[in-house]
Amino acid sequence: MLLKADPTFYPSPKLASQAPAESLAYVAALNANGSERPDALLVVDVDSKSRKYGEILGQVDMPHAGDELHHFGWNACSSALCPYAPHPHVERRYLIVPGLRSSRIHVLDTKPNPKKPKIVKVIEPEIVAERTGYTRPHTVHCGPDGIYLSALGSPNGEGPGGIFALDHYNFEPLGRWEVERGPQYFGYDFAWHLGYDTAVSSEWGTPNMVENGVNPELLLGGKYGHSLHFWDLRKRRHLQALDLGAEQQMVLELRPAHDPTKAYGFVGVVVSLKDLSSSIWLWHKPNGDGRSNGKWEIKKVIEIPAEPADPEKLPPLLQGFKAVPPLLTDINLSIDDRFLYASCWGTGEMRQYDVSDPFNPRLAGSVHIGGIVRRAAHPAKQGKELNGGPQMVEVSRDGRRVYFTNSLYAAWDKQFYPDGIEGWMVKLDVNPGGGIELDRKFFVETGELRPNQVRLQGGDASSDFYCYP
Amino acid sequence: MTQRWPWTLLALLGAYHGLNPGMGWLFALALGLQEKRRSAVLCSLLPIAAGHAAAIAVVIFAFRAIQDFLPLKSLRWGVAAILFALGLYRLFRASHPRGAGMRVGGRELATWSFLMASAHGAGLMLIPVLLAQPMLVMHHSMADTMPMPLARLSIAAIVLATLIHTLSMLIVAGILAILFFETYEQMGLKLLQHTWINFDLLWAVALLVAASAALLF
Repeated sequence: MLLKADPTFYPSPKLASQAPAESLAYVAALNANGSERPDALLVVDVDSKSRKYGEILGQVDMPHAGDELHHFGWNACSSALCPYAPHPHVERRYLIVPGLRSSRIHVLDTKPNPKKPKIVKVIEPEIVAERTGYTRPHTVHCGPDGIYLSALGSPNGEGPGGIFALDHYNFEPLGRWEVERGPQYFGYDFAWHLGYDTAVSSEWGTPNMVENGVNPELLLGGKYGHSLHFWDLRKRRHLQALDLGAEQQMVLELRPAHDPTKAYGFVGVVVSLKDLSSSIWLWHKPNGDGRSNGKWEIKKVIEIPAEPADPEKLPPLLQGFKAVPPLLTDINLSIDDRFLYASCWGTGEMRQYDVSDPFNPRLAGSVHIGGIVRRAAHPAKQGKELNGGPQMVEVSRDGRRVYFTNSLYAAWDKQFYPDGIEGWMVKLDVNPGGGIELDRKFFVETGELRPNQVRLQGGDASSDFYCYP
Repeated sequence: MTQRWPWTLLALLGAYHGLNPGMGWLFALALGLQEKRRSAVLCSLLPIAAGHAAAIAVVIFAFRAIQDFLPLKSLRWGVAAILFALGLYRLFRASHPRGAGMRVGGRELATWSFLMASAHGAGLMLIPVLLAQPMLVMHHSMADTMPMPLARLSIAAIVLATLIHTLSMLIVAGILAILFFETYEQMGLKLLQHTWINFDLLWAVALLVAASAALLF
């Protein structure tokens, strides 16, 4: 128990962006040989002054094989300062690490030795299913009054997906969150506008639709998720669905503005059936006035086109299209709400947009690495063709550094990179005025451990929610 | 009025409750910042104070109701036991009402404040003061010189106690909320981040102290 508020909790995004630079990164890694060997959480040295900068300092193996580590998160963060449920003396200390395939949830303590976290609790899949009705836990967010997780579906592999909570103190699953889910069926990501008592959730597909790889029939039929859902955070009821149209397949990562007085956010769409493009949409409340009971609206603000390609260089799934889709699998917004990063896992490109005016994003920077066709190398290893592409992206609190990894999801990795993804994690340096550049000294090769989400020690741009502007 | 110290103590406890960010000044500040209006801070403080007052009054009236059935000694032990248990519980868990949020009207704020004060044992913390002899005789007309049978608190005393406590709480909470609101542009909330001591712990200790006080006075 702390005598003063945890120093890594920041009342406002403004204060968070003045935080000192991070020195450790935690990375969830999937074992490509997952049927036999367990997944792991990697600890990477990101302190540029350290002798081991860019090296893996520690590895924590999970107790079982086949978890499919994917996304994860902190037990507590800046939302603990929210005025209606303040408990600022809990610590940002435990990492909640779910297995997306196994539905097992691991709790790791980073305090005794931050470089070698210790597994202190494992919640077995049966308990999660029994208490919440959900399986395949995905996004983890530290909320003002509990730890929240989204889930893809039910124990039989069908829907509905949804949200459930864990107790802040003992991490026991508390039950399903939704009191009334309305038309919502698919689950994936979720996020909050704490200043507006609003939750937002997005759609991928049920476990049966994704666990054996993307199903081309379902995809071309527009059967994957294509809507956003808005919820009353206090009453836990569905308020509104926004359908982007069936051609917009897989509406994934949600990045709301960090400033709690701002009522807008960005969501990425993986692929359009019309032209294989990816897109980023802006949801917003007209007039931004939370006192009005106005409806949320959505507008496409960024479109990233597919690139024509030689069919011979394409995996069987894409050969017929003679093009490589960008496959926008993740986006991330800097804490000052100024720069938006877009991972094009298919084309092997990381884009930076200036979204100072969220309605009119401006492309501010771009870096090529990996890619289905491009196979671009890293400056640290000229000439070595890289596979996989920019995927999970994380931004430092001060917005000066960006980290990203190259693996998506085992069954989908196989379809888009049949040669077998070799894991890597890289870092960008950000020019304060816009523009990005790969750090030549930071190239972490993880081999058969395929890295997914990155979490920074002390918090990052997607880990914390704020109640004060 | 023979002795003033219980009233002073009630006011001081009010100031102490006002100081705790969890009792409402922080909520009022956040609502003011969300709406970017100082008046929103002030408008939020009133229902928060009302909820706090209600929580205090309910506990005191409940105490008064059982006064008739229990001898003073059992009352003291009972109050001490409850305070002690609550204090111990709060050492380990900082629970708070669920279902609150940032888009709340006056009635919701008052309810929140009522629940928050009740869950924290804000009213209970005052009972040992009310158990003190001077308080009990104060409004007992023509206090006889017999060895004291437990005198009932008069309605007037309860109302006055609630008012003094709440007013003191409101003044301290108001000063803090406005201070932070006015310095927000220059300082942000840096001060909050660095001065937010563990009130939950302090609170638990206060409950334990109150438990001992119930037995001693």
